Amino acid sequence: MGRYVLRRLLQLVPVFVGTTFLIYWLVWSLPGDRFAGKCGEKPCDPTYIAKMTEKFNLDDPLVLQYLKYLGKLLTGDFGENSSEVAIGSLINEAYPNTLRLALVALLIEAVIGLAAGILSGLRGRGFVDSLTLVSTLFLISLPVFVTGFALQILLGYELQWITPTVTDSPAPWGQLIAPGFVLGSLSMAYVARLTRTSIAENRRADYVRTAIAKGQPPRRVVGVHLLRNSAIPVVTYLGTDLGALMGGAIVTEGIFDIKGIGFLVYDGILGKDGATVTGVVSLLVVVYLLANLLVDLLYAVLDPRIRYD
Amino acid sequence: MTVESIVDSEAAGPLLAVDELFVEFRTRDGVAKVLNGVSYRVEAGETLAVLGESGSGKSVTAQTIMGILDTPPGVITGGEVRYHGENLLAASAKRRREVRGSGIAMIFQDALSALNPVFTVGFQIEEQLRVRRGMSRRDARKRAVELLDQVRIPNARDRVRQYPHEFSGGMRQRAMIAMSLALDPELLIADEPTTALDVTVQAQIMDLLREIQLDRHMGLILITHDLGVVAEVADRIAVMYAGRIVEQSDAVSLYRQPGHPYTQALLDSLPRLDLKGARLNTIKGLPPSLIDIPAGCPFHPRCPRVRDVCRTDVPPAHRPAAGRLSACHFAEELISGE
Amino acid sequence: MTDPSTAASGAAVSASEFVTGAEHVQTKPGKPRSLASDAWYDLRRRPRFIISAALILLVLLMAAWPSLFTSVDPNYADLDRSRLGPSAQAWFGYDNQGADIFARTIYGARASIVVGISATVFTVLLGGTLGLLAGYHGGWVDAVMSRVADIFFGLPFVLGAIVILSSFRATGGSSATEITLLVILSISVLSWPACMRITRAAAITAKQQDYVKAARALGASTSRIILRHLLPNILAPVLVYATIALGGFIGAEATLSFLGIGLHAPVVSWGVMIADSRDFLRIAPHTLLFPAAFLTATVLAFVMLGDAVREALDPKTR
Repeated sequence: MGRYVLRRLLQLVPVFVGTTFLIYWLVWSLPGDRFAGKCGEKPCDPTYIAKMTEKFNLDDPLVLQYLKYLGKLLTGDFGENSSEVAIGSLINEAYPNTLRLALVALLIEAVIGLAAGILSGLRGRGFVDSLTLVSTLFLISLPVFVTGFALQILLGYELQWITPTVTDSPAPWGQLIAPGFVLGSLSMAYVARLTRTSIAENRRADYVRTAIAKGQPPRRVVGVHLLRNSAIPVVTYLGTDLGALMGGAIVTEGIFDIKGIGFLVYDGILGKDGATVTGVVSLLVVVYLLANLLVDLLYAVLDPRIRYD
Repeated sequence: MTVESIVDSEAAGPLLAVDELFVEFRTRDGVAKVLNGVSYRVEAGETLAVLGESGSGKSVTAQTIMGILDTPPGVITGGEVRYHGENLLAASAKRRREVRGSGIAMIFQDALSALNPVFTVGFQIEEQLRVRRGMSRRDARKRAVELLDQVRIPNARDRVRQYPHEFSGGMRQRAMIAMSLALDPELLIADEPTTALDVTVQAQIMDLLREIQLDRHMGLILITHDLGVVAEVADRIAVMYAGRIVEQSDAVSLYRQPGHPYTQALLDSLPRLDLKGARLNTIKGLPPSLIDIPAGCPFHPRCPRVRDVCRTDVPPAHRPAAGRLSACHFAEELISGE
Repeated sequence: MTDPSTAASGAAVSASEFVTGAEHVQTKPGKPRSLASDAWYDLRRRPRFIISAALILLVLLMAAWPSLFTSVDPNYADLDRSRLGPSAQAWFGYDNQGADIFARTIYGARASIVVGISATVFTVLLGGTLGLLAGYHGGWVDAVMSRVADIFFGLPFVLGAIVILSSFRATGGSSATEITLLVILSISVLSWPACMRITRAAAITAKQQDYVKAARALGASTSRIILRHLLPNILAPVLVYATIALGGFIGAEATLSFLGIGLHAPVVSWGVMIADSRDFLRIAPHTLLFPAAFLTATVLAFVMLGDAVREALDPKTR
């Protein structure tokens, strides 16, 4: 197991370097005037240009620039953005909001998705099953921003059940319920369908029949024998999803005005603030990669048949 | 006509009696008549082998006894399953559950899929003791080790902590047997327990079942399609064909002089050392479709002794000789060897 | 649908699970090809298939000949009727500029469909080829390709698309065709790894089949094995992936337009219309409602179609 973790961690290194380099290249070295529009209507002041060129090593070849940047990144230094604010502190302020949002979303998708999936999987063909299938298909097809707007208008402005925008930071948990639902709605549909398929497949499994033949109480047959097996793919999906949710929060954060990571990066892109974009994206990539690794390890815990050596 | 009136047995209610059981599978293609009046009984300390091709209804009978028949598509349309005289088919769900495991236990063909892959073998045995008997975790563990010892699994103390996939095929079936014995059942149903195993392991498992059955004076229903497996273990044999019992007899007489052409054909299709070099006999034709069972005797299209009456009249189960039962119009001829 | 790559792969995952390097050895039962005619017979009797196929045909018709559905010029705007609600003259009302929303919605189908189909074609060609090669060759070819795929897979879709689109837009011109092409390419570049993993897994499965091993033992050439034996086996999972992804990509186009970095006027697309509506949502919700409804219905149709095809191809769900 230890050797497996080590090997996987080593495999992450090239992926991390590759992804961050890709981003770095896209952000910093495409042709065009890097300072266009940076200083209002006028062209930028030469001293400012010189300072920025110096600060981001813009005169070096791209690979060297990137390596210098990576070196600083590895010591935990995200550098400063073009307004000379430390990016580290921006991230520090923003990430709790996104993390909370992602956790709320994960909780909602896990609870509702699992419940719907279990119900329809156990009942088989019938009303609950059709309802789950149709509503999940609908959720999958609905773009997140449409769901977001619809909920914002309906619950926020019309019914006034929720505050339509979350401007506080750190965002209060209560205000994150609707945004969390929006962010998690797509994955919720997948969790429901995955659970449903998994339960429906395992329901007729031989070991379930054995448990019934043993005279185990029905609640235990379902709750212990059936669920424990059906949960394996669902739990692993939820694990990978946490990483995806962190990255997918841009649209949701934009709609509900949540000052999180997605907001930061979107702002950075619009303001052509390369240092912020590369810093935040690198961080997200790390989170995503580690989440995937954790899921792989979790898989071995959940399913004893999988062994890593 | 019921079995009681034909086969002699003790007057008091037997351990298990299956009486005129009818089961249908309602599928998209039509109604398959899977069981068409199956009757047999098992006494304590007795081994009944139920023999038949796949689709003959031997496993469905067992599943109906256990109450684990998939419904739908299965529908029980008639008959009784009496355990100590109590009709289980009319019993409450709670009562049925009580009987499972502690009264009647069952083991399956493929122990790898029948054991839950994500729990240790120990957990699955202990679960019975803890949930059904209210034993403490520690007592249950102790008992689980004893049970694994009884089925002769070496290093039982370490083995309880292992998962089913870490066991070999034979060991898994032993663990399955240990689990079925946890609540000391009076009757064990073994559904093709050795089919998935190597020949040498098959013999070991059969010996183990025989030994346990004698030790515990337990009833044993051994479901198999393999006449060879049955020979040394069974006290009585019931041969099934197209959802009916076509012959029932004590094992020795059945082997000596079969009372139904189907049994005869099965025996003839066994390879024999004394007939080395001769062509192996096979049964011509295919088992009938259960959706459209032939009129008259269901075996008549494949029967070498078919006569006109077989095509029109369903042969009643009757007693061609003492202690024997056959559903062939000409059972007497067969038994007297004409 | 924000992230079509995870979305579509999540949906197709049960058809062929992702396989990692170590699993090259493992054999999985594959689908015999004779399923195809069976699946077709099964499909024709599914209401979900019929409904989604009819919807898709309708949308394709709209994209090809919008004038069949409306005689109104989608770009003719009259500020006097700005944001007027639905009426007998304009069934869906007018947008902020006073253009007819019904006409714009009909004409908007073309851009959405073009982006969806082209992005799917590119993604499947790129991901499919690489996946087939990686799955067939295994070894270092597979290792390198899989790592490259991981690099692109590590980028969250919306994030990656934003970075690519905003970076390239700063450099290039911004004619409608160029932007459409850029949107198509950035969707494909970020989505191919999902398709590659699916084909790779299917290719590995197929490679393990006895008849493929036999063909190899008999000395069949690499190209023959790939074309005759592997390709038919990966068609089913790729078909399912492509159908669902097509829906996802249409949603992705809308998301990017909504974020202000995808298509924009004078191109008419559902995403552009939705983006235009965002500032007047509270006073004129119909400007969002109609394009969003068409968008959702179209995506739904493709996802449903993919779903029905997958179920028809999967003997377990019969």
